[in-house]
Amino acid sequence: MLSSESLKKIDQEIAKYPLDQKQSASMSALRIAQEEKGWLANETIEFVAKYLEMPAIAVFEVASFYNMYDLAPVGAKKITVCTNLPCALSGGVDAAEYVKKKLGIDFNETTADGQFTLKEGECMGACGDAPVLLVNNHQMCSWMTEEKIDQLLADLKK
Amino acid sequence: MLEIEIDGKQLQVPDGITVMEAANTVGAYVPHFCYHKKLSIAANCRMCLVQVEKAPKPLPACATPVTNGMKVWTHSEQAVKAQKGVMEFLLINHPLDCPICDQGGECQLQDLSVGYGGVESRYQEEKRVVGNKDLGPLVSTDMTRCINCTRCVRFTTEIAGLMELGQAFRGEHAEIMPFVEKTIDSELSGNIIDLCPVGALTSKPFRFGARAWEMSRRKSVSPHDSLGSNLVVQVKNDAVKRVLPLENEALNECWLSDKDRFSYEALNSEERLARPMLKQGGRWIETDWQTAIEYVANGLKSIKAESGADTIGALASPHSTLEELYLLRKLVQGLGSGNVDFRLRQSDFSADGKMSGAPWLGMPVADIANLDRLFVVGSFFRKDHPLVAQRVRQAAKRGLKVSALNPAFDDWQLPVANRVCVPPQEMIVALAKIAKALSEQTGRELSVQVAAACAGLVVDEASLAIANSLGSGRRSAVWLGNYAVQHEHAAEIHVFAQEIARLSDASFGFLGEAANSVGGYIAGAVPFAGVPGKNVTEMLSAPLKAYVLLGLDPAFDLGNSAAAAGALKGADMVVMLSAFKSDSALEFADVMLPIAPFTETAGVFVNCEGRAQSFFPVVKSRGESRPGWKVLKVLGETSGLDGFGFEKIEDVRAEVLESDGTVNPAKLDNSVALNVESLRAVEAAVQRIADIPIYSADPIARRSPPLQQTQDGVAPSARLSAATITRLGVQAGLAVRIKSAYGEVSAVVAEDDGVADGCVRLAGAHPMTAALGSLHGEISLERM
Amino acid sequence: MTSKGIILSGLEGDRTWRLADYVQRGGYAALKKIIAENISADQVISEVKKSALRGRGGAGFPTGLKWSFMPRAFPGAKYLACNSDEGEPGTFKDRDILRYNPHSVIEGMIIAGYAMGCERGYNYIHGEIFEVYDRFEEALQEARDAGLLGKNILGSDFSFDLFAHHGYGAYICGEETALLESIEGKKGQPRFKPPFPASFGLYGKPTTINNTETFASIPYIIREGGDAFLALGKPNNGGTKLFSVSGHVNKPGNYEIPMGTPFSELLELAGGVRGGRKLKAVIPGGSSAPVLPGSVMMDCTMDYDSISKAGSMLGSGAVIVMDESTCMVKALERLSYFYFEESCGQCTPCREGTGWLYRVIHRIENGLGRSDDLDLLNSITTNIMGRTICALGDAASMPVQSFIKHFGDEFAFHIEHKKCLVPKDVQREGSKIYVA
Ligand SMILES: Cc1cc2nc3c(=O)[nH]c(=O)nc-3n(C[C@H](O)[C@H](O)[C@H](O)COP(=O)(O)O)c2cc1C
Ligand code: SF4
Ligand code: FES
Repeated sequence: MLSSESLKKIDQEIAKYPLDQKQSASMSALRIAQEEKGWLANETIEFVAKYLEMPAIAVFEVASFYNMYDLAPVGAKKITVCTNLPCALSGGVDAAEYVKKKLGIDFNETTADGQFTLKEGECMGACGDAPVLLVNNHQMCSWMTEEKIDQLLADLKK
Repeated sequence: MLEIEIDGKQLQVPDGITVMEAANTVGAYVPHFCYHKKLSIAANCRMCLVQVEKAPKPLPACATPVTNGMKVWTHSEQAVKAQKGVMEFLLINHPLDCPICDQGGECQLQDLSVGYGGVESRYQEEKRVVGNKDLGPLVSTDMTRCINCTRCVRFTTEIAGLMELGQAFRGEHAEIMPFVEKTIDSELSGNIIDLCPVGALTSKPFRFGARAWEMSRRKSVSPHDSLGSNLVVQVKNDAVKRVLPLENEALNECWLSDKDRFSYEALNSEERLARPMLKQGGRWIETDWQTAIEYVANGLKSIKAESGADTIGALASPHSTLEELYLLRKLVQGLGSGNVDFRLRQSDFSADGKMSGAPWLGMPVADIANLDRLFVVGSFFRKDHPLVAQRVRQAAKRGLKVSALNPAFDDWQLPVANRVCVPPQEMIVALAKIAKALSEQTGRELSVQVAAACAGLVVDEASLAIANSLGSGRRSAVWLGNYAVQHEHAAEIHVFAQEIARLSDASFGFLGEAANSVGGYIAGAVPFAGVPGKNVTEMLSAPLKAYVLLGLDPAFDLGNSAAAAGALKGADMVVMLSAFKSDSALEFADVMLPIAPFTETAGVFVNCEGRAQSFFPVVKSRGESRPGWKVLKVLGETSGLDGFGFEKIEDVRAEVLESDGTVNPAKLDNSVALNVESLRAVEAAVQRIADIPIYSADPIARRSPPLQQTQDGVAPSARLSAATITRLGVQAGLAVRIKSAYGEVSAVVAEDDGVADGCVRLAGAHPMTAALGSLHGEISLERM
Repeated sequence: MTSKGIILSGLEGDRTWRLADYVQRGGYAALKKIIAENISADQVISEVKKSALRGRGGAGFPTGLKWSFMPRAFPGAKYLACNSDEGEPGTFKDRDILRYNPHSVIEGMIIAGYAMGCERGYNYIHGEIFEVYDRFEEALQEARDAGLLGKNILGSDFSFDLFAHHGYGAYICGEETALLESIEGKKGQPRFKPPFPASFGLYGKPTTINNTETFASIPYIIREGGDAFLALGKPNNGGTKLFSVSGHVNKPGNYEIPMGTPFSELLELAGGVRGGRKLKAVIPGGSSAPVLPGSVMMDCTMDYDSISKAGSMLGSGAVIVMDESTCMVKALERLSYFYFEESCGQCTPCREGTGWLYRVIHRIENGLGRSDDLDLLNSITTNIMGRTICALGDAASMPVQSFIKHFGDEFAFHIEHKKCLVPKDVQREGSKIYVA
């Protein structure tokens, strides 16, 4: 179900925990699976569960509890903008509005070409860099002025 | 011991308990939803907030340990204010649909909210709606009512052993659910209905059957497995509406298996036999009781006269009552025959007459909690004994180490430290090796019963591991399961298991197949009690002239249905006493006498620990069916036999039990005096391993539609290990033709690495496989 | 990023996170000193006690005391966990520590492991700062390669393993027992205490959890002595501390300053209030801390005691500055949404109450407020506070209570006039995308 590279990565994660605590790797395993598949389909969750010898519902609990897992397909690029208060005070909401306008979509929507999905985020622990947004969960972009957003979207489209 | 005060009452409590537990000992009721004495502490509902001296804020009674000198108020102003606050939160998103809720009248939320005085809701936003889940045929959901107490989740994980439910998503969106589109397949699933404090999980078969207050509650005892779970049967208009557990800490605790809970649906089955019937000229006609009884009495009399009493035999279901079993024996013996047996699926009777008493568990069920080592031999443990397995599961959490020897394993949902999986015919060698390993380890000599057979055996790693485990225990037990009892060489298994128990100072016992597996022996419904006679195999292989069958279906309840069919077909008279019509009865019987199932009669079941439990009818008999004991009594009288003048059932009981209604403990004895001189050569042929699916085991469970719709009710497949699949050249997922010495059937192959190599696991007691005849022996597979 | 302290000082160039750079700055000297001088575990703990270091994660619990709670002669594994799940709105200091000075945390954890006899540690890193997680993994590898982690550290008989574990979008995992659940591979639902982690922690074993900054302070304390650290700050409030300043200031960022520094100085360091506008309000310790009016704040010094006296909490040291362009109803609405969104859903008052709070504030903000709504809000918060499993319930309630307490007029205006007291265009001007 998952590529051998992904499985290798998961094995490395499993090795971080005591021998009888394989399930500790569930979060990273789901993250690795999502990186490979784009989102977490039920089959993927079930596969991870088998791999870690966990009940499938226990893995589903994890996948549905943490915000950064996607339980439904998302665009090739997922953009998450923080609109929490500290960010909002420095333009977080403006930035989100601007991205919405540029992409022609609202939060939780995907562009018609499947390129972009937009999400509203909670505090990312980078409030000093407001406005901030995340691309595909892992790439943090700081001080996002309108020009920088234009540039970012252009780069991502490439 | 600690000194504390609750609501002004001084009390002494042991260290380490919670405020809730302490409050319970003085009868102070602390409102709660998530707390349950058998589950781990979640402390999530916050309903149990109480005031504690010096604590700045109210504390949850369920999770707060008592400390010396603690002063607690469960209903002070502070406590009640906190409880009311929580209640308000619980209700803001809870539908106020009590009038149409199945929990109405037995809802903790309803009771408590009424108790706190319903105030107008300050919450005026829209209420949350949560989608329902399909949990299968037994449990119905109304998830909008769920208060997220997680009792059900904790039950599946902790008691049933497999997390089948979870709380997914978070915050206000948190939802109790199974993994996407999975049903709940646990054999204990119905307990979550009892556990749910609101109407989110209710009984699907019962749904809208009646309102709680319209039903009367009557006590009863489960007629299924050997535990003898205590029941509350809820009745309305003389019909059983619902079955709930009657708490008995010594047996079922507060639980029931789904079989105990949902089999009642069979009691109103179309197949209930309503009136006595006679077959005349190949056609069934209804008749009255007197005619039927006279017909049977005369028939038996003339067969006795023509062919001798020993051409009459009787077979009884081990789910029959003690009184029925006893009177059947008395009838047969009164006619002058010793041919009576209730051990229907047993095939090896070489221990008959070599045993000193009735085989039983060898210990009280409640003592399972104290075991530290257990060896289970020949058992489909979890499905055969759901609540005993549950106790073992709890004991395993406290350090009980379990070993097992089986020809086929399922997941028992509990840790099995040592597991030996060998073909049926190799089980005896495996036991012999363990005995030998124990003897070497302890320096105690092997008894003469097995010494010769063990000579020359080489102990292997697997047997050593089990020997080590058992040998290192302080309180060990060795149990023989249903498969071990049905085994073709059950007596040898018995001898070796006894030896293993002796060498490891373990208690030794039998799990017991059915509600009256012990009771059958106590009633003497065996061919060596008083008058010697034929056992079930002998009765069927060398056909008799007349058969009296009590409560069984020859197609499914016998170890060899093919032999049964032949014998019954050739008999002059077959009398069937049963609550149900069945195809085989219609085919083979000459007379059918409708007898009452457990809900319509009084009786006694003697459970695996030798406990005699009596019960009374909870509803009137359906149609013209009559309690089995009365039918047998009249039959005895009509046959002109002495000693049938019983006035009441207690008179029958008095002939079997002690004056206080108990079983004489001296009658319980597992020891067998039999020597095994040598180990038999192992045949290479492909062997059938037949499990008896949980809902196929007895005529009532087989007729419960909801139970049959569960995963345990699905058609059996031919289960083989991957290696065997390859060796036999068959393919998983494809149908094969399976042949035995008696017949052939077809089934789909499934890969199952829990099955010993070279064997095919194919369930018995099922219409799909009945044609194979024997539960054991050689079979062959052919691709179709 | 400005430092008058010990963690973020002397960081120049883009290799400050490398082992070599750290060692050059005096890194791992503390660990080496312990090993070379055979300093006992007890001595380490007493040094930490002396330093008056208080937990930097929010609660300000004395670190030395916490360490002494770990059972001594416990047979079997003991664990250490570092809380880098920084998700409290306004807090972004741990990210910079891990970005620029990860080895200070690693060294601090090794020393803590030594002091408490833990065989293993995990650093739980907020999922959203994944780049930092990757970097921390690299730093760990450097430390392993240098014999600073693993079996027989620096040739001694002390062994300690350290691993990184990432979050993936759940604020609640910053709560220490939720964090443990999350390391165990479960959803992050806090545990009821007692039992406390020191007796029943990760995998049921004794565990100590500290914040990133707490650990990062340890090497200095061991190297220079607890007294030296204490002297950096003020009594009962030892050391310097990182303050994350966000909101309406000219230079948002992290400022490491001595405990007890006047707020006014910190504000000045952060470039003062933006656009010359008037300071309206400050949340001094992360979004969960009660808000204080600007005037009250100007009289405070930045330490646990002073802020607490003023009616709030130093918390994680996240200073959210709001100027006069801020609509306090809107600000509270956003914070309430956050707690509603982040409630783990386990216990009734928080699961049901946070949504209720948000919905009432939302309707006030949208002109649908009712006259008794402020009483209702206060009553809901009293029914949540102190009745939940973890402190998120309190965290969600304190902002509501304090906003209403200090800015009740603005809420009343909203309810009565169905609009903001602060005109929309003023708000927009104040909170538009800001370029320093
Ligand atoms: C809802 C909630 C969120 C928290 N978030 C964090 C966090 O992000 N980082 C942190 O270090 N502590 C956080 N804490 C505090 C931790 O529970 C814990 O007290 C702290 O990590 C202990 O470390 P310290 O003693 O070094 O401060 C949070 C507490 C609560 C109740
Ligand atoms: S207070 Fe909230 S976050 Fe904390 S345990 Fe309860 S529901 Fe979860
Ligand atoms: S019963 Fe104590 S919190 Fe639920």
